[in-house]
Amino acid sequence: MAATDTQPDDPQVLRTVDGVPLKTALAVASRRARIRAFFLVVPLLVFILLTFAVPIGQMLSRSFTDDKFSANMVELGKWFDANGKAAPDEAAYAALAADLKTASEEKTAGNIGTRINYELPGTRSLFTSAARKAKDLEPPFKEAILALDPQWARADLWAAMRSASAAATLNFYQAALDRQIGADGNFEAAPENVQIYVKLFIRTFVMSVVITGLCLLLGFPVAHLLAVLPLRHASLLMILVLLPFWTSLLVRTTSWMVLLQSQGVVNDLLVALGVITTDGRLEMMYNQTGTIIAMTHILLPFMILPLYSVMKTIPPSYARAARSLGATSWTTFRRIYLPQTVSGIGAGGILCFILAVGYYITPALVGGADGTLISNQIAFHMQKSLNWSLAAALAAMLLAAVLILYWAYDRLVGIDNMKLG
Amino acid sequence: MKKLLILSTALSTFAFAASAQEVVLMSWGGAYGKSQTEAYLKPFTAETGIKTTMVDADNPATPVKAMVEANNVTVDVVDIEYADAIRLCDEGLLEPLDPAILPPGDDGTPAMDDFLPGAVTDCSVATIVFSTMYAYDTTKFPNGGPKTMADFFNTEAFPGKRGMRKGAKANLEMALMADGVPAAEVYEVLATPEGVDRAFAMMDKIKADTVWWEAGAQPPQLLADGEVVMSTAYNGRIFAAAVSEGKPFESVWDGQVYEYDVLAIPKGAKNLEAATQFLAYATGTQRLADQAKYISYGPARKSSGPLVGLYEDGKTEMGPYMPTAAANLTNALASDFEFWADRDTQLNERFNSWLLN
Amino acid sequence: MVKQPQNDGFVVFDHVQKSYDGETLVVKDLNLSIGKGEFLTMLGPSGSGKTTCLMMLAGFETATSGDIRLDGRPINSVPPHKRGIGMVFQNYALFPHMTVGENLAFPLEVRGMGKDERETKIKRALDMVQMYDFINRRPAQLSGGQQQRIALARALVFDPSLVLMDEPLGALDKQLREHMQFEIKHLHESLGITVVYVTHDQGEALTMSDRVAVFNDGRIQQLAPPDELYERPDNAFVAQFIGENNKLEGVIETINGAEAEVRLGTGELIAATPVNVSKKGEKVLVSIRPERVEFKPEMMPPGAHMIDAEVMEFIYMGDLFRTRLRVAGHDDFVIKSRNTQGQTMLRPGEKIKIGWSPADARALQP
Repeated sequence: MAATDTQPDDPQVLRTVDGVPLKTALAVASRRARIRAFFLVVPLLVFILLTFAVPIGQMLSRSFTDDKFSANMVELGKWFDANGKAAPDEAAYAALAADLKTASEEKTAGNIGTRINYELPGTRSLFTSAARKAKDLEPPFKEAILALDPQWARADLWAAMRSASAAATLNFYQAALDRQIGADGNFEAAPENVQIYVKLFIRTFVMSVVITGLCLLLGFPVAHLLAVLPLRHASLLMILVLLPFWTSLLVRTTSWMVLLQSQGVVNDLLVALGVITTDGRLEMMYNQTGTIIAMTHILLPFMILPLYSVMKTIPPSYARAARSLGATSWTTFRRIYLPQTVSGIGAGGILCFILAVGYYITPALVGGADGTLISNQIAFHMQKSLNWSLAAALAAMLLAAVLILYWAYDRLVGIDNMKLG
Repeated sequence: MKKLLILSTALSTFAFAASAQEVVLMSWGGAYGKSQTEAYLKPFTAETGIKTTMVDADNPATPVKAMVEANNVTVDVVDIEYADAIRLCDEGLLEPLDPAILPPGDDGTPAMDDFLPGAVTDCSVATIVFSTMYAYDTTKFPNGGPKTMADFFNTEAFPGKRGMRKGAKANLEMALMADGVPAAEVYEVLATPEGVDRAFAMMDKIKADTVWWEAGAQPPQLLADGEVVMSTAYNGRIFAAAVSEGKPFESVWDGQVYEYDVLAIPKGAKNLEAATQFLAYATGTQRLADQAKYISYGPARKSSGPLVGLYEDGKTEMGPYMPTAAANLTNALASDFEFWADRDTQLNERFNSWLLN
Repeated sequence: MVKQPQNDGFVVFDHVQKSYDGETLVVKDLNLSIGKGEFLTMLGPSGSGKTTCLMMLAGFETATSGDIRLDGRPINSVPPHKRGIGMVFQNYALFPHMTVGENLAFPLEVRGMGKDERETKIKRALDMVQMYDFINRRPAQLSGGQQQRIALARALVFDPSLVLMDEPLGALDKQLREHMQFEIKHLHESLGITVVYVTHDQGEALTMSDRVAVFNDGRIQQLAPPDELYERPDNAFVAQFIGENNKLEGVIETINGAEAEVRLGTGELIAATPVNVSKKGEKVLVSIRPERVEFKPEMMPPGAHMIDAEVMEFIYMGDLFRTRLRVAGHDDFVIKSRNTQGQTMLRPGEKIKIGWSPADARALQP
């Protein structure tokens, strides 16, 4: 191939026995191997692209674009482009009327109204009812539209429409940070009684830390037992640890509901034992306690398994050496055993934490009002309020937070030190 | 080879589509789902030979947007709340409906006159009137139970846990009525920020004692488990538990909030033709009257009213259990769909935030 | 018979028994007294109970019955960290998350020693094993031999009077092992510490020890200085386990105090020293070291019986010649001769007569 291009007499070029320059031959040979290797990973690559990269990309793009207004209000968009922040004149109202007419024909008034309703609650019906009457509008449009509803003159409405006339927007991130458009068109903190996301984020992180900590406290001794018990007993214990994995998440969560509810097994037992009275039944469900108990149980294996895989590799002679050198069993644990399990603690901790931060079903079922997490709010916007852009913005912030955490972990402990088993 | 594969796949898909002319109805499950199976699905299949399937959801309105946007609509007809139908229709997520397909009443009244006012909209037809009211466990109140909506918010006189739907709708109206706002002024008050504050202030009184439910089947369960002593609920669920299962539940109609439940076809439904046929069939006079035999929801056709008889047990008169019975309407509120289409998001955000604090 | 040099009973095992499962005894009635400054090796095949004994001494296993005393004090109920015994492990057990210096500082820190004193001691200990330059390395950055030295320094840094070593050289190659044997022996002598050393390598045991306790089946088979162990094994197991050894089966023909005659299965009569046999007609196993067998008539020791042998194989090993013979019907009889000037190289098929001093042929219970 490339051999024809090079001078055959050039003594500098090393050649194979059939005269091909060595470099070319090597490139050809290794390229074939590379292509073959690439074909082997293609299915996985395509799979990951389609099921992971693309959806996440879509989610991210949705979080700062929403064309429900801009795509359907073309004329008004043009007017905003030409006039900027000027007060709406007759031409603006004419454009509005034209767009409303189109919207009523194409049944998009609801979408348009929904978009503005995100910014100014209560304005959705302004659009839907105006669209219903749009075909009867006659010039002068300003007068005609204001006759439909004087609210059309509101300055904040026009500010919201102006900001919505571009598909790209940071409004959803601002909403996700509990901020809103004020009367003057600037962003300001939302009223106290509708602030929710920042608090939920904080709660989600605090609860995740608590759950991860509980998993570590409960899982560490179990993992240690697993690592030091004779194989026969260890396999039995391992089955007990893995058992929850073989049961559906929903079944496990509902089992916890049966156990924890105020007329449930645990309370009945405590009443029967005389620990509490019937009136003093503990509230362990529909609150944070329920979420913490159920999630700790569900995430426990994710802590135990990495810990176990690390502990398995620590020979008992380290502890013996430390004891023989004069250390008490506590000092031995603290200074010799614990530091060597750090990689397992890190892996288990980050795994539990990331799973806890994104957990949805369990808090939804047992969390009640104050045990729900940010993921439940994302689900609310996905399924009920149908504000997917806000859901995407919240999800993107959650993703960013987790990535930052991961980065910090890498800086502090080092990802290379993480051992997942 | 590849062409053959594509061809055979296409053929089999086509064959499947042709043979599988069927209607999938997504509804609320439980006693309500059963009433629809008995009154609509079974006779429809018997008459037309078209297969029917029932799918349950906590709220069938919620999966519609996801299905339409993903272009994978797996259900043909959905049973949703009136306000949701208006909202989804405005957003173009439902197939438009031609009122001409609706049959006249059995007594000959033209369809549009036979249906209750507002029951037929651009995309949906109402089937029943249902109510969100509250019920209590009579065994927990041996000396007489709560009588009014105000009693529900009064934990001193009627101690014990309450069950409420996790959402703003109906709860806020009930709170205002409990606070003494006449039914006719509820939405007027609730449209003002002060009104919303007032409703939440009322709810504050029972917040610590409330268990929040999401699926319609939960309230009877919560009551039966003893997790709550009283709970708001869809009236038909309480009827089913009290009458057919003999549970000691008593319904309180004071301050009930009633609204239509409708049938609609999601945009892009796979079996549009069969779905339309089903919609017309299911909203006929006899079908609606039949449904009332299984659950205590009032039919949306005037002509169905006289045909409503006894419950399926053959002895219980259904009339008094209907939300629309005169005795139950003394202090009742018709849910305002436009109010909720406008403020659903805003008030639910406020509600979620309130839950959190 | 057992020679006990300066034994003041620094470490004493007194009727110690150990069982893990309550059914079988791993250590059966162990009685052992180790003197201060002694280098005692516990030698035996795996499963013989030697490591269990060491672990009981270190405190990681408890004796099922009997007493273990250290310097006159019973230590059965003293936890390992209060025994003050230095220990070197088979896989070194250097803490991987600490540097060499931190490893050595550990025993001093847990004893609450001040920084200056610690540094002095660490330097002294590392200098002892010529490893001071490596003080800031981590164990993973050291070779096996270097790790071994650090492990040694760590076991010695807190000046224990007793050091236990559990097969410490097992993972090293032959040359390094021999070098380290010398170094450990040297440290033992210069520091005057008592060492209890466990190994399954008889060569190591013989080169380093003051005394060797040969373990088998939960018992000490023989406790003796290396030369006595090699030359005068008490029983068939010790004779087999230590060094190379020829065995001839027979029956006692005559016995007279320290002399006996044994009739072999094929009819030959040989002279031997009775060790743990006493009756005429008793079956015995006669054990003879290959290097003590002579085949040149002029070199034959006095009192030697001579028997016929046929050369089966001759192996040239450099410093030694190793010849395999057929003797009394068995063809696994080996003799060794030094490659000295004019030494005879036997050829296969050659018929010779061999003989030995009766003192070198030990008649043992089979």
